[in-house]
Amino acid sequence: MKYAYYPGCSLHSTATEYDATTRAVCAALGVELAEIPDWNCCGATSAHATNHLLSLALPARDLVKAENMGLDVVAPCAACYSRMATTLHETKGNEVLRRKVSEIIGADFAATAKAKSLLEVLAVDVGPKVVETKVQKPLKGLKVAAYYGCLLVRPPDVTGWDDAENPQSMERLMTALGAEAVDWPFKTECCGASLSVSRTDVVLKLVNDILAMAKSCGADALVCACPMCQANLDGRQPAVEKAYKTTYHLPVFYFTQLMSLAMGIDEWKLGFRRHSIDPRELLHAKEIA
Amino acid sequence: MEVLNLTAVGEAGKSFAARVGAEAGTDVYSCYQCGKCSAGCPLSYEMDFQPRQIMRLVQLGLKDLALKSSTIWLCASCATCTTRCPREVKIASVMDVLRAMARREGYPIKEKGIAVFHRNFLNTVAFGGRSYELGMILGYKLGTLPAQPLKDLDLGFTWLQQGKLKFIPERIKDAAAIREIFSKTREIEQADLAKERAQGSGPETGHGAGLPAGGTEGHS
Ligand code: SF4
Ligand code: SF4
Repeated sequence: MKYAYYPGCSLHSTATEYDATTRAVCAALGVELAEIPDWNCCGATSAHATNHLLSLALPARDLVKAENMGLDVVAPCAACYSRMATTLHETKGNEVLRRKVSEIIGADFAATAKAKSLLEVLAVDVGPKVVETKVQKPLKGLKVAAYYGCLLVRPPDVTGWDDAENPQSMERLMTALGAEAVDWPFKTECCGASLSVSRTDVVLKLVNDILAMAKSCGADALVCACPMCQANLDGRQPAVEKAYKTTYHLPVFYFTQLMSLAMGIDEWKLGFRRHSIDPRELLHAKEIA
Repeated sequence: MEVLNLTAVGEAGKSFAARVGAEAGTDVYSCYQCGKCSAGCPLSYEMDFQPRQIMRLVQLGLKDLALKSSTIWLCASCATCTTRCPREVKIASVMDVLRAMARREGYPIKEKGIAVFHRNFLNTVAFGGRSYELGMILGYKLGTLPAQPLKDLDLGFTWLQQGKLKFIPERIKDAAAIREIFSKTREIEQADLAKERAQGSGPETGHGAGLPAGGTEGHS
Protein backbone atom coordinates (compact mmCIF):
# COMPACT_ATOMS: atom_id res chain seq x y z
CA MET A 1 0.00 0.00 0.00
CA LYS A 2 1.60 3.28 -1.10
CA TYR A 3 0.22 6.80 -0.94
CA ALA A 4 1.30 10.32 -1.78
CA TYR A 5 1.57 11.92 1.65
CA TYR A 6 0.18 15.42 2.16
CA PRO A 7 1.03 16.46 5.74
CA GLY A 8 -0.43 19.96 5.48
CA CYS A 9 0.80 23.06 7.33
CA SER A 10 -0.39 22.10 10.83
CA LEU A 11 1.60 18.90 10.88
CA HIS A 12 4.73 21.01 10.39
CA SER A 13 3.90 23.38 13.26
CA THR A 14 1.22 22.88 15.92
CA ALA A 15 0.78 19.16 15.28
CA THR A 16 4.23 17.65 14.77
CA GLU A 17 3.25 14.82 17.14
CA TYR A 18 0.50 13.86 14.71
CA ASP A 19 3.02 13.81 11.87
CA ALA A 20 5.54 11.73 13.81
CA THR A 21 3.00 9.14 14.99
CA THR A 22 1.41 8.98 11.53
CA ARG A 23 4.74 8.11 9.94
CA ALA A 24 5.59 5.61 12.68
CA VAL A 25 2.24 3.82 12.61
CA CYS A 26 2.14 3.66 8.82
CA ALA A 27 5.67 2.25 8.71
CA ALA A 28 4.71 -0.42 11.24
CA LEU A 29 1.63 -1.38 9.24
CA GLY A 30 3.39 -1.47 5.87
CA VAL A 31 1.70 1.65 4.53
CA GLU A 32 4.28 3.51 2.47
CA LEU A 33 4.11 7.31 2.51
CA ALA A 34 5.84 9.34 -0.21
CA GLU A 35 5.64 13.02 0.73
CA ILE A 36 4.44 15.22 -2.12
CA PRO A 37 7.47 17.30 -3.14
CA ASP A 38 7.23 21.04 -2.46
CA TRP A 39 3.55 20.81 -1.49
CA ASN A 40 1.64 24.01 -0.76
CA CYS A 41 -1.10 24.96 1.70
CA CYS A 42 -4.58 23.77 0.67
CA GLY A 43 -6.03 27.19 1.55
CA ALA A 44 -8.13 25.64 4.32
CA THR A 45 -11.38 27.36 5.26
CA SER A 46 -10.12 30.82 4.38
CA ALA A 47 -9.82 30.15 0.66
CA HIS A 48 -13.20 28.52 0.17
CA ALA A 49 -14.82 31.03 2.51
CA THR A 50 -13.82 33.85 0.23
CA ASN A 51 -12.80 32.73 -3.25
CA HIS A 52 -14.10 29.62 -4.99
CA LEU A 53 -11.48 29.32 -7.73
CA LEU A 54 -8.62 29.86 -5.31
CA SER A 55 -10.06 27.15 -3.05
CA LEU A 56 -9.87 24.68 -5.96
CA ALA A 57 -6.56 25.82 -7.46
CA LEU A 58 -4.46 25.54 -4.29
CA PRO A 59 -5.27 21.85 -3.64
CA ALA A 60 -5.15 21.14 -7.38
CA ARG A 61 -1.45 22.03 -7.54
CA ASP A 62 -0.77 19.33 -4.93
CA LEU A 63 -3.12 16.84 -6.56
CA VAL A 64 -1.36 17.21 -9.93
CA LYS A 65 1.91 16.30 -8.23
CA ALA A 66 0.26 13.18 -6.79
CA GLU A 67 -1.08 12.32 -10.25
CA ASN A 68 2.47 12.56 -11.58
CA MET A 69 3.60 10.19 -8.82
CA GLY A 70 0.83 7.80 -9.91
CA LEU A 71 -0.53 7.65 -6.37
CA ASP A 72 -3.65 8.46 -4.37
CA VAL A 73 -3.26 11.11 -1.69
CA VAL A 74 -3.56 10.59 2.04
CA ALA A 75 -4.08 13.61 4.29
CA PRO A 76 -4.09 13.33 8.09
CA CYS A 77 -5.79 16.73 8.59
CA ALA A 78 -9.56 16.63 8.21
CA ALA A 79 -9.63 20.13 6.73
CA CYS A 80 -6.94 19.39 4.12
CA TYR A 81 -8.64 16.10 3.29
CA SER A 82 -11.95 17.90 2.86
CA ARG A 83 -10.44 20.55 0.55
CA MET A 84 -8.77 17.91 -1.62
CA ALA A 85 -11.83 15.66 -1.78
CA THR A 86 -14.04 18.65 -2.59
CA THR A 87 -11.71 19.83 -5.36
CA LEU A 88 -11.81 16.39 -6.97
CA HIS A 89 -15.55 16.09 -6.48
CA GLU A 90 -16.27 19.44 -8.10
CA THR A 91 -13.88 19.17 -11.04
CA LYS A 92 -14.39 15.51 -11.96
CA GLY A 93 -17.56 15.91 -13.98
CA ASN A 94 -17.05 19.56 -14.87
CA GLU A 95 -14.83 20.00 -17.91
CA VAL A 96 -15.10 23.80 -17.95
CA LEU A 97 -14.09 24.12 -14.32
CA ARG A 98 -11.33 21.55 -14.64
CA ARG A 99 -9.83 23.46 -17.55
CA LYS A 100 -10.10 26.75 -15.70
CA VAL A 101 -8.27 25.27 -12.73
CA SER A 102 -5.61 23.75 -15.00
CA GLU A 103 -5.05 27.15 -16.56
CA ILE A 104 -4.67 28.84 -13.17
CA ILE A 105 -2.11 26.36 -11.89
CA GLY A 106 -0.33 26.13 -15.26
CA ALA A 107 -0.50 22.33 -15.40
CA ASP A 108 -2.93 19.76 -16.72
CA PHE A 109 -5.06 18.71 -13.78
CA ALA A 110 -6.77 15.44 -14.66
CA ALA A 111 -8.63 14.99 -11.34
CA THR A 112 -7.90 11.25 -11.42
CA ALA A 113 -6.12 10.65 -8.10
CA LYS A 114 -8.24 9.87 -5.04
CA ALA A 115 -7.97 11.81 -1.80
CA LYS A 116 -8.25 9.84 1.43
CA SER A 117 -8.17 10.78 5.04
CA LEU A 118 -5.58 9.03 7.15
CA LEU A 119 -8.38 7.59 9.29
CA GLU A 120 -9.95 6.03 6.21
CA VAL A 121 -6.64 4.46 5.19
CA LEU A 122 -5.89 3.00 8.62
CA ALA A 123 -9.41 2.09 9.71
CA VAL A 124 -10.80 0.89 6.37
CA ASP A 125 -7.99 0.09 3.90
CA VAL A 126 -5.72 -1.51 6.51
CA GLY A 127 -8.56 -2.33 8.86
CA PRO A 128 -8.98 -3.23 12.55
CA LYS A 129 -8.24 -6.94 11.98
CA VAL A 130 -4.70 -6.22 10.80
CA VAL A 131 -4.19 -3.53 13.43
CA GLU A 132 -5.21 -5.98 16.15
CA THR A 133 -2.38 -8.34 15.23
CA LYS A 134 0.16 -5.57 15.90
CA VAL A 135 -1.06 -4.67 19.39
CA GLN A 136 1.55 -5.27 22.09
CA LYS A 137 0.08 -3.24 24.95
CA PRO A 138 -3.73 -3.32 24.84
CA LEU A 139 -5.33 -0.11 26.08
CA LYS A 140 -7.39 -2.00 28.65
CA GLY A 141 -9.81 0.07 30.70
CA LEU A 142 -9.37 3.25 28.66
CA LYS A 143 -12.73 4.77 27.74
CA VAL A 144 -12.51 7.07 24.76
CA ALA A 145 -15.03 9.23 22.94
CA ALA A 146 -14.21 9.07 19.22
CA TYR A 147 -14.54 12.57 17.81
CA TYR A 148 -14.72 12.90 14.02
CA GLY A 149 -15.60 16.58 13.85
CA CYS A 150 -17.48 17.99 10.92
CA LEU A 151 -15.38 17.46 7.81
CA LEU A 152 -14.12 13.91 8.01
CA VAL A 153 -17.40 12.26 7.03
CA ARG A 154 -19.38 15.20 5.61
CA PRO A 155 -20.95 15.92 3.25
CA PRO A 156 -21.51 12.27 2.31
CA ASP A 157 -21.36 12.75 -1.47
CA VAL A 158 -17.84 14.18 -1.09
CA THR A 159 -16.52 11.80 1.59
CA GLY A 160 -18.72 8.70 1.53
CA TRP A 161 -16.47 6.24 3.38
CA ASP A 162 -18.36 6.15 6.67
CA ASP A 163 -21.80 7.10 7.94
CA ALA A 164 -22.27 10.87 8.04
CA GLU A 165 -24.36 10.93 11.21
CA ASN A 166 -23.05 7.96 13.14
CA PRO A 167 -19.61 6.98 11.86
CA GLN A 168 -18.04 3.88 13.40
CA SER A 169 -14.57 3.43 11.89
CA MET A 170 -12.65 5.13 14.69
CA GLU A 171 -14.58 3.15 17.29
CA ARG A 172 -13.64 -0.11 15.55
CA LEU A 173 -10.01 0.93 15.50
CA MET A 174 -10.07 1.83 19.20
CA THR A 175 -11.70 -1.50 20.06
CA ALA A 176 -8.97 -3.28 18.11
CA LEU A 177 -6.44 -1.49 20.33
CA GLY A 178 -8.17 -2.85 23.41
CA ALA A 179 -9.78 0.45 24.43
CA GLU A 180 -13.46 0.94 25.08
CA ALA A 181 -15.27 3.35 22.74
CA VAL A 182 -18.14 5.06 24.55
CA ASP A 183 -21.43 5.62 22.79
CA TRP A 184 -22.03 9.35 22.52
CA PRO A 185 -24.04 11.68 20.28
CA PHE A 186 -21.56 14.50 19.54
CA LYS A 187 -19.03 12.70 17.38
CA THR A 188 -19.65 14.90 14.36
CA GLU A 189 -20.54 18.18 16.10
CA CYS A 190 -18.51 21.14 14.86
CA CYS A 191 -15.83 22.63 17.15
CA GLY A 192 -15.80 25.90 15.19
CA ALA A 193 -12.16 25.59 14.12
CA SER A 194 -12.29 28.25 11.42
CA LEU A 195 -13.52 30.81 13.96
CA SER A 196 -10.93 29.89 16.57
CA VAL A 197 -8.96 33.12 16.41
CA SER A 198 -11.63 35.55 15.28
CA ARG A 199 -14.60 34.48 17.43
CA THR A 200 -13.02 32.69 20.35
CA ASP A 201 -16.21 33.12 22.40
CA VAL A 202 -18.15 30.97 19.93
CA VAL A 203 -15.47 28.31 19.93
CA LEU A 204 -15.38 28.16 23.72
CA LYS A 205 -19.12 27.47 23.74
CA LEU A 206 -18.94 24.75 21.08
CA VAL A 207 -15.94 23.11 22.74
CA ASN A 208 -17.66 23.28 26.12
CA ASP A 209 -20.72 21.49 24.71
CA ILE A 210 -18.56 18.75 23.22
CA LEU A 211 -16.44 18.23 26.34
CA ALA A 212 -19.48 18.22 28.62
CA MET A 213 -21.16 15.58 26.50
CA ALA A 214 -18.05 13.40 26.32
CA LYS A 215 -17.66 13.58 30.09
CA SER A 216 -21.30 12.82 30.83
CA CYS A 217 -21.12 9.79 28.54
CA GLY A 218 -18.32 8.41 30.66
CA ALA A 219 -15.25 9.10 28.51
CA ASP A 220 -11.79 9.35 30.10
CA ALA A 221 -10.44 11.02 27.00
CA LEU A 222 -11.30 12.10 23.48
CA VAL A 223 -9.62 10.80 20.39
CA CYS A 224 -9.54 12.78 17.16
CA ALA A 225 -8.18 12.77 13.63
CA CYS A 226 -7.58 16.45 12.93
CA PRO A 227 -5.04 19.04 14.14
CA MET A 228 -7.70 21.78 14.30
CA CYS A 229 -9.99 19.66 16.46
CA GLN A 230 -7.09 18.74 18.72
CA ALA A 231 -5.96 22.37 19.05
CA ASN A 232 -9.46 23.46 19.97
CA LEU A 233 -10.48 20.62 22.28
CA ASP A 234 -7.13 20.32 24.04
CA GLY A 235 -5.49 23.73 23.61
CA ARG A 236 -8.59 25.66 24.57
CA GLN A 237 -9.71 23.33 27.34
CA PRO A 238 -8.14 25.43 30.17
CA ALA A 239 -9.88 28.55 28.81
CA VAL A 240 -13.19 26.68 28.52
CA GLU A 241 -12.89 25.42 32.09
CA LYS A 242 -12.25 28.97 33.25
CA ALA A 243 -15.08 30.51 31.25
CA TYR A 244 -17.62 27.91 32.26
CA LYS A 245 -16.29 27.43 35.82
CA THR A 246 -15.93 23.70 35.51
CA THR A 247 -13.24 21.04 35.19
CA TYR A 248 -13.08 18.39 32.54
CA HIS A 249 -9.45 17.44 32.44
CA LEU A 250 -10.04 15.26 29.40
CA PRO A 251 -6.90 14.47 27.39
CA VAL A 252 -7.39 14.73 23.63
CA PHE A 253 -5.37 12.18 21.68
CA TYR A 254 -4.66 11.86 18.00
CA PHE A 255 -5.81 8.38 17.06
CA THR A 256 -2.29 7.67 15.81
CA GLN A 257 -0.91 8.41 19.28
CA LEU A 258 -3.07 5.71 20.80
CA MET A 259 -2.13 3.36 17.97
CA SER A 260 1.57 4.04 18.61
CA LEU A 261 1.11 3.42 22.28
CA ALA A 262 -0.74 0.15 21.83
CA MET A 263 1.65 -1.01 19.12
CA GLY A 264 4.64 -0.40 21.37
CA ILE A 265 6.19 2.39 19.30
CA ASP A 266 8.78 4.55 21.17
CA GLU A 267 7.15 6.85 23.64
CA TRP A 268 9.20 9.92 22.66
CA LYS A 269 7.34 9.91 19.39
CA LEU A 270 4.03 10.46 21.13
CA GLY A 271 4.75 14.09 22.03
CA PHE A 272 2.52 14.13 25.10
CA ARG A 273 4.52 17.00 26.61
CA ARG A 274 3.04 19.28 23.98
CA HIS A 275 -0.55 18.69 25.10
CA SER A 276 -2.36 21.20 27.30
CA ILE A 277 -4.02 18.35 29.21
CA ASP A 278 -1.15 15.96 29.82
CA PRO A 279 -2.47 12.45 29.16
CA ARG A 280 0.28 10.67 31.08
CA GLU A 281 -1.47 10.91 34.43
CA LEU A 282 -4.51 9.13 33.01
CA LEU A 283 -2.41 6.50 31.29
CA HIS A 284 -0.49 5.83 34.49
CA ALA A 285 -3.71 5.55 36.49
CA LYS A 286 -4.99 2.99 33.98
CA GLU A 287 -1.61 1.24 34.09
CA ILE A 288 -1.25 1.56 30.34
CA ALA A 289 1.93 3.66 30.29
CA MET B 1 -40.08 44.26 12.03
CA GLU B 2 -38.84 45.47 8.69
CA VAL B 3 -41.42 45.48 5.89
CA LEU B 4 -40.10 44.00 2.66
CA ASN B 5 -41.28 45.11 -0.73
CA LEU B 6 -41.27 41.85 -2.65
CA THR B 7 -42.78 43.15 -5.87
CA ALA B 8 -39.82 45.49 -6.24
CA VAL B 9 -37.36 42.61 -6.44
CA GLY B 10 -38.25 41.60 -9.98
CA GLU B 11 -35.73 40.51 -12.60
CA ALA B 12 -32.59 41.49 -10.71
CA GLY B 13 -33.72 39.33 -7.82
CA LYS B 14 -34.40 36.36 -10.08
CA SER B 15 -31.00 36.64 -11.70
CA PHE B 16 -29.40 36.83 -8.25
CA ALA B 17 -31.15 33.61 -7.18
CA ALA B 18 -30.16 31.93 -10.42
CA ARG B 19 -26.54 33.02 -10.07
CA VAL B 20 -26.29 31.77 -6.49
CA GLY B 21 -27.77 28.43 -7.53
CA ALA B 22 -25.44 28.08 -10.49
CA GLU B 23 -22.30 29.00 -8.55
CA ALA B 24 -23.23 26.73 -5.64
CA GLY B 25 -24.27 23.90 -7.95
CA THR B 26 -27.64 23.48 -6.29
CA ASP B 27 -31.30 24.26 -6.91
CA VAL B 28 -32.17 27.03 -4.47
CA TYR B 29 -35.88 26.69 -5.25
CA SER B 30 -35.89 23.13 -3.88
CA CYS B 31 -35.86 24.47 -0.34
CA TYR B 32 -39.31 24.09 1.22
CA GLN B 33 -38.45 25.81 4.51
CA CYS B 34 -38.58 22.81 6.81
CA GLY B 35 -35.88 24.29 9.03
CA LYS B 36 -33.84 21.13 9.48
CA CYS B 37 -30.68 22.97 8.43
CA SER B 38 -31.19 25.62 11.10
CA ALA B 39 -32.01 23.09 13.80
CA GLY B 40 -28.64 21.41 13.39
CA CYS B 41 -26.54 24.49 12.69
CA PRO B 42 -24.05 24.93 15.56
CA LEU B 43 -23.80 28.69 14.92
CA SER B 44 -27.49 29.48 14.46
CA TYR B 45 -27.72 30.96 17.96
CA GLU B 46 -25.34 33.74 16.93
CA MET B 47 -26.78 34.45 13.47
CA ASP B 48 -29.06 37.32 12.47
CA PHE B 49 -30.78 35.11 9.87
CA GLN B 50 -31.09 31.34 10.28
CA PRO B 51 -29.73 29.23 7.40
CA ARG B 52 -33.34 28.48 6.44
CA GLN B 53 -34.06 32.20 6.28
CA ILE B 54 -31.00 32.81 4.14
CA MET B 55 -32.38 30.25 1.69
CA ARG B 56 -35.66 32.12 1.61
CA LEU B 57 -33.93 35.46 1.05
CA VAL B 58 -32.09 33.92 -1.88
CA GLN B 59 -35.30 32.50 -3.36
CA LEU B 60 -36.95 35.88 -3.07
CA GLY B 61 -33.95 37.64 -4.55
CA LEU B 62 -33.38 39.80 -1.48
CA LYS B 63 -29.72 40.14 -2.22
CA ASP B 64 -28.82 43.05 0.03
CA LEU B 65 -30.28 41.41 3.12
CA ALA B 66 -28.50 38.13 2.42
CA LEU B 67 -25.13 39.70 1.62
CA LYS B 68 -25.15 42.02 4.61
CA SER B 69 -26.05 39.28 7.10
CA SER B 70 -23.77 38.14 9.88
CA THR B 71 -24.79 34.58 9.01
CA ILE B 72 -22.59 34.26 5.95
CA TRP B 73 -19.48 35.12 7.99
CA LEU B 74 -20.41 33.13 11.09
CA CYS B 75 -21.06 29.98 9.07
CA ALA B 76 -18.29 27.59 10.06
CA SER B 77 -18.60 25.52 6.87
CA CYS B 78 -19.33 22.37 8.87
CA ALA B 79 -21.80 21.08 6.26
CA THR B 80 -24.28 19.80 8.85
CA CYS B 81 -27.01 21.61 6.92
CA THR B 82 -26.03 20.16 3.54
CA THR B 83 -25.77 16.66 4.99
CA ARG B 84 -29.23 16.78 6.55
CA CYS B 85 -31.32 18.71 4.03
CA PRO B 86 -34.18 16.46 2.87
CA ARG B 87 -34.25 18.37 -0.43
CA GLU B 88 -30.54 18.00 -1.15
CA VAL B 89 -29.91 21.71 -1.11
CA LYS B 90 -26.21 22.44 -0.69
CA ILE B 91 -26.64 25.15 1.90
CA ALA B 92 -22.99 25.24 2.94
CA SER B 93 -22.05 25.89 -0.70
CA VAL B 94 -24.67 28.62 -0.87
CA MET B 95 -23.00 30.24 2.16
CA ASP B 96 -19.62 30.06 0.39
CA VAL B 97 -21.06 31.70 -2.71
CA LEU B 98 -22.76 34.47 -0.73
CA ARG B 99 -19.56 35.25 1.20
CA ALA B 100 -17.48 35.38 -1.94
CA MET B 101 -20.10 37.56 -3.62
CA ALA B 102 -20.32 39.95 -0.68
CA ARG B 103 -16.56 40.29 -0.64
CA ARG B 104 -16.02 40.83 -4.34
CA GLU B 105 -18.90 43.29 -4.57
CA GLY B 106 -17.68 45.26 -1.59
CA TYR B 107 -20.61 44.77 0.75
CA PRO B 108 -20.07 45.88 4.35
CA ILE B 109 -18.97 42.94 6.50
CA LYS B 110 -20.84 42.41 9.76
CA GLU B 111 -18.21 40.13 11.23
CA LYS B 112 -15.08 42.15 10.44
CA GLY B 113 -12.81 40.03 12.62
CA ILE B 114 -13.66 36.86 10.75
CA ALA B 115 -13.00 38.51 7.40
CA VAL B 116 -9.69 39.95 8.62
CA PHE B 117 -8.70 36.51 9.82
CA HIS B 118 -9.38 34.90 6.43
CA ARG B 119 -7.44 37.63 4.66
CA ASN B 120 -4.45 37.28 6.97
CA PHE B 121 -4.46 33.54 6.60
CA LEU B 122 -4.39 33.86 2.82
CA ASN B 123 -1.70 36.54 2.99
CA THR B 124 0.65 34.10 4.68
CA VAL B 125 -0.16 31.45 2.05
CA ALA B 126 0.35 33.88 -0.82
CA PHE B 127 3.73 34.87 0.63
CA GLY B 128 5.38 31.50 1.09
CA GLY B 129 3.02 28.82 -0.15
CA ARG B 130 2.26 27.60 3.36
CA SER B 131 0.23 29.06 6.16
CA TYR B 132 2.12 30.57 9.09
CA GLU B 133 0.28 30.53 12.40
CA LEU B 134 2.40 33.03 14.31
CA GLY B 135 2.30 35.57 11.50
CA MET B 136 -1.40 34.94 11.14
CA ILE B 137 -2.15 35.57 14.81
CA LEU B 138 0.02 38.69 14.95
CA GLY B 139 -1.34 39.98 11.65
CA TYR B 140 -4.84 39.40 12.96
CA LYS B 141 -4.08 41.36 16.13
CA LEU B 142 -2.76 44.29 14.12
CA GLY B 143 -5.65 44.07 11.67
CA THR B 144 -8.26 44.29 14.40
CA LEU B 145 -6.64 46.94 16.64
CA PRO B 146 -7.89 48.39 18.87
CA ALA B 147 -10.95 46.14 19.06
CA GLN B 148 -9.26 43.17 20.71
CA PRO B 149 -5.55 43.86 20.97
CA LEU B 150 -4.29 41.13 23.29
CA LYS B 151 -7.16 38.73 23.58
CA ASP B 152 -6.12 35.22 22.65
CA LEU B 153 -2.40 35.81 22.84
CA ASP B 154 -2.46 33.50 25.89
CA LEU B 155 -2.92 30.42 23.74
CA GLY B 156 -0.31 31.80 21.32
CA PHE B 157 2.19 32.12 24.16
CA THR B 158 1.46 28.61 25.42
CA TRP B 159 2.04 27.28 21.94
CA LEU B 160 5.29 29.19 21.63
CA GLN B 161 6.49 27.67 24.91
CA GLN B 162 5.45 24.21 23.80
CA GLY B 163 7.35 24.72 20.58
CA LYS B 164 4.16 24.43 18.57
CA LEU B 165 4.58 27.71 16.72
CA LYS B 166 7.54 28.48 14.54
CA PHE B 167 9.23 31.87 14.48
CA ILE B 168 10.27 31.56 10.86
CA PRO B 169 7.59 30.90 8.24
CA GLU B 170 8.00 27.85 6.04
CA ARG B 171 8.41 28.75 2.40
CA ILE B 172 8.12 26.35 -0.47
CA LYS B 173 10.78 26.38 -3.21
CA ASP B 174 8.39 27.41 -5.91
CA ALA B 175 6.66 30.19 -4.00
CA ALA B 176 6.37 32.07 -7.29
CA ALA B 177 3.91 29.44 -8.52
CA ILE B 178 1.63 30.26 -5.60
CA ARG B 179 1.78 33.99 -6.24
CA GLU B 180 0.86 33.18 -9.82
CA ILE B 181 -2.19 31.19 -8.64
CA PHE B 182 -3.33 34.13 -6.55
CA SER B 183 -2.89 36.67 -9.32
CA LYS B 184 -4.55 34.46 -11.97
CA THR B 185 -7.63 33.85 -9.82
CA ARG B 186 -7.83 37.59 -9.19
CA GLU B 187 -7.67 38.26 -12.94
CA ILE B 188 -10.42 35.76 -13.72
CA GLU B 189 -12.53 37.09 -10.89
CA GLN B 190 -12.22 40.66 -12.07
CA ALA B 191 -13.03 39.70 -15.65
CA ASP B 192 -16.15 37.84 -14.44
CA LEU B 193 -17.17 40.83 -12.35
CA ALA B 194 -16.77 43.18 -15.33
CA LYS B 195 -18.91 40.82 -17.40
CA GLU B 196 -21.63 40.79 -14.76
CA ARG B 197 -21.58 44.57 -14.53
CA ALA B 198 -21.90 44.83 -18.29
CA GLN B 199 -24.92 42.52 -18.19
CA GLY B 200 -26.42 44.61 -15.43
CA SER B 201 -26.58 41.79 -12.90
CA GLY B 202 -23.70 43.02 -10.78
CA PRO B 203 -23.92 44.96 -7.53
CA GLU B 204 -26.72 47.46 -7.32
CA THR B 205 -24.79 49.79 -5.11
CA GLY B 206 -21.18 50.57 -4.27
CA HIS B 207 -20.43 49.67 -0.69
CA GLY B 208 -16.81 50.63 -0.08
CA ALA B 209 -13.91 48.26 0.40
CA GLY B 210 -14.38 44.74 1.67
CA LEU B 211 -11.70 42.13 1.37
CA PRO B 212 -9.21 42.68 -1.42
CA ALA B 213 -9.77 40.32 -4.32
CA GLY B 214 -7.60 37.26 -3.91
CA GLY B 215 -6.89 38.34 -0.38
CA THR B 216 -3.26 39.26 -0.92
CA GLU B 217 -3.13 42.91 0.08
CA GLY B 218 -2.01 43.78 3.55
CA HIS B 219 -4.70 46.19 4.64
CA SER B 220 -8.19 47.30 3.77
S1 SF4 C 1 -33.13 21.74 5.38
FE1 SF4 C 1 -33.21 22.13 3.18
S2 SF4 C 1 -35.38 22.25 2.68
FE2 SF4 C 1 -35.20 22.41 4.91
S3 SF4 C 1 -35.15 24.64 5.25
FE3 SF4 C 1 -33.03 23.95 5.12
S4 SF4 C 1 -32.48 24.23 2.96
FE4 SF4 C 1 -34.71 24.33 3.11
S1 SF4 D 1 -22.24 24.86 7.20
FE1 SF4 D 1 -22.65 26.87 8.10
S2 SF4 D 1 -24.85 27.15 7.91
FE2 SF4 D 1 -24.46 24.98 7.58
S3 SF4 D 1 -24.75 24.06 9.59
FE3 SF4 D 1 -22.57 24.52 9.41
S4 SF4 D 1 -22.32 26.57 10.30
FE4 SF4 D 1 -24.52 26.27 9.91
